[in-house]
Amino acid sequence: MKPPLFDYVTPESVEEAVAARAAEEDSVLLAGGQSLLATLNFRIANPALLIDISRIAALKGIDVGAGEIIIRAMVRQREVELSDAVHGANPLLREVLQKVAHTVVRNRGTIAGSIAHADAAAELPAMLLATEGVVDVQGPGGTRVIEASDLFKFHLTTSLAGDEMITAVRIPNLAPNTGWSFKEFARRRGDYALAGICALVTLDDNGRCTKARLSACGIASTAVRLESAEAELAGSTLDENTIARAAKAARDCVTAADDSQASTAYRRHLVDTLTQRTVAVARDRALERRAA
Amino acid sequence: MTRSIRKVLAKESSDPRREISLSVNGEAVTRSVSTRLLLADFLRHELGLTGTHVGCEHGVCGCCTVSIDGATARSCLTLAVQADGAEIRTIEGVAPAPDILHPVQQAFHECHALQCGFCTPGFIMSVVSYFEENENPDLGEDAIRDALSGNLCRCTGYQNIVKAVRRAHELMSGEA
Ligand SMILES: Cc1cc2nc3c(=O)[nH]c(=O)nc-3n(C[C@H](O)[C@H](O)[C@H](O)COP(=O)(O)OP(=O)(O)OC[C@H]3O[C@@H](n4cnc5c(N)ncnc54)[C@H](O)[C@@H]3O)c2cc1C
Ligand code: FES
Ligand code: FES
Repeated sequence: MKPPLFDYVTPESVEEAVAARAAEEDSVLLAGGQSLLATLNFRIANPALLIDISRIAALKGIDVGAGEIIIRAMVRQREVELSDAVHGANPLLREVLQKVAHTVVRNRGTIAGSIAHADAAAELPAMLLATEGVVDVQGPGGTRVIEASDLFKFHLTTSLAGDEMITAVRIPNLAPNTGWSFKEFARRRGDYALAGICALVTLDDNGRCTKARLSACGIASTAVRLESAEAELAGSTLDENTIARAAKAARDCVTAADDSQASTAYRRHLVDTLTQRTVAVARDRALERRAA
Repeated sequence: MTRSIRKVLAKESSDPRREISLSVNGEAVTRSVSTRLLLADFLRHELGLTGTHVGCEHGVCGCCTVSIDGATARSCLTLAVQADGAEIRTIEGVAPAPDILHPVQQAFHECHALQCGFCTPGFIMSVVSYFEENENPDLGEDAIRDALSGNLCRCTGYQNIVKAVRRAHELMSGEA
């Protein structure tokens, strides 16, 4: 179908965009359009005004600092995926991005747009949870920072107020002695996954796990941290038995009901297997990094 | 008796409009367009460039793939107004001359990589971009399948399209 009628503005600053949003309640921000245009074409969304933020110079660019990667809101997914500086600071991002849609969609789609869209099956919200990243938000009242753990409220729903926008996504650099892995299972390349697992594990000098961060997409009403599984891993040497126990705990985090794509039982099975595989890869990478 | 559904066709709509200027296959174009006009429909209906096909209109099939400022994009998931100031390349801009095929087009022809041809312009755009982005393209099965993953073909079964990608590489590196 074709999009419904709407008016269209191209603000040149964040302040202008926020003001436009506040002035028209029935407005929506347009970033890469890779989710929004589809909902317009389906006429699921029928806004009075589109606020295209792609011309705002202040929303472009990536900064890789000593502690974190700052990805401004109009940075396309493909730019982050191809950035060697980002890859050097946190290799998890490229591994995750390669599973987000197809190159042609990542050429347009933004990191912030995917996070703001907050699809329960999307990979980037899970990445943000595992890395304990944050988003910088601006509204008519000023700016604030929302931690990943406070951001995702339900499928397609975040804790952003209606008149707030994300100006940047900030992701901590990979910590020392830490390994990473992301794996998912999707029926076709580039599809949203039936289940995906992100794993970050930090080892001490004796090979004991001092910190584990696991998250999942596609298995609940939002991306979720797998805290019960993390607790199984902490303090262990990440031997196979411990990993198997963590995978059992992760399996119990699946709350998605049976749907046309997969049954709950099948998703539990996927989560079990993917958890075992990602934790093992993350552990091995942590050992390699410690040796290097 | 047949009844006309709408006797009088609207001559103009009340759609909000914007003037856009862009370059399409190297030619400068300025037009006033409805804000809700999709780039795909702009190319097809306003410019008559009907090589860009429209299959699904929600980003899944890849038939509408064009290049925007040097990177492939879905023209069904882009508004014409978003392309203001951009450089667009469509399938019509791929061949070097009217009677000479681009090596990727030549390879599709040689390898029988199309049947009905509906998906072909989108595939060609994706494959051309794959070669333009990668000086030393990975021609392994997995990499090729990944590069093609954003395009669906309901006829060929993909085998010959994968072959055509490798053949195109041969043609371009002079191993004809
Ligand atoms: C064929 C296809 C396959 C896909 N597969 C996947 C997949 O496997 N995994 C996946 O995760 N995604 C997938 N996607 C979705 C894609 O990743 C989108 O790019 C992404 O979800 C949205 O980013 P965007 O910049 O295009 O946002 P838009 O579509 O422009 O916006 C999406 C929503 O976020 C809001 N928004 C955008 N930017 C901001 C901001 N700065 N502040 C506040 N709100 C904002 C918009 O108002 C809108 O509601 C797929 C899309 C397609 C077409
Ligand atoms: S018509 Fe654009 S992807 Fe199908
Ligand atoms: S040749 Fe018919 S859809 Fe591809």
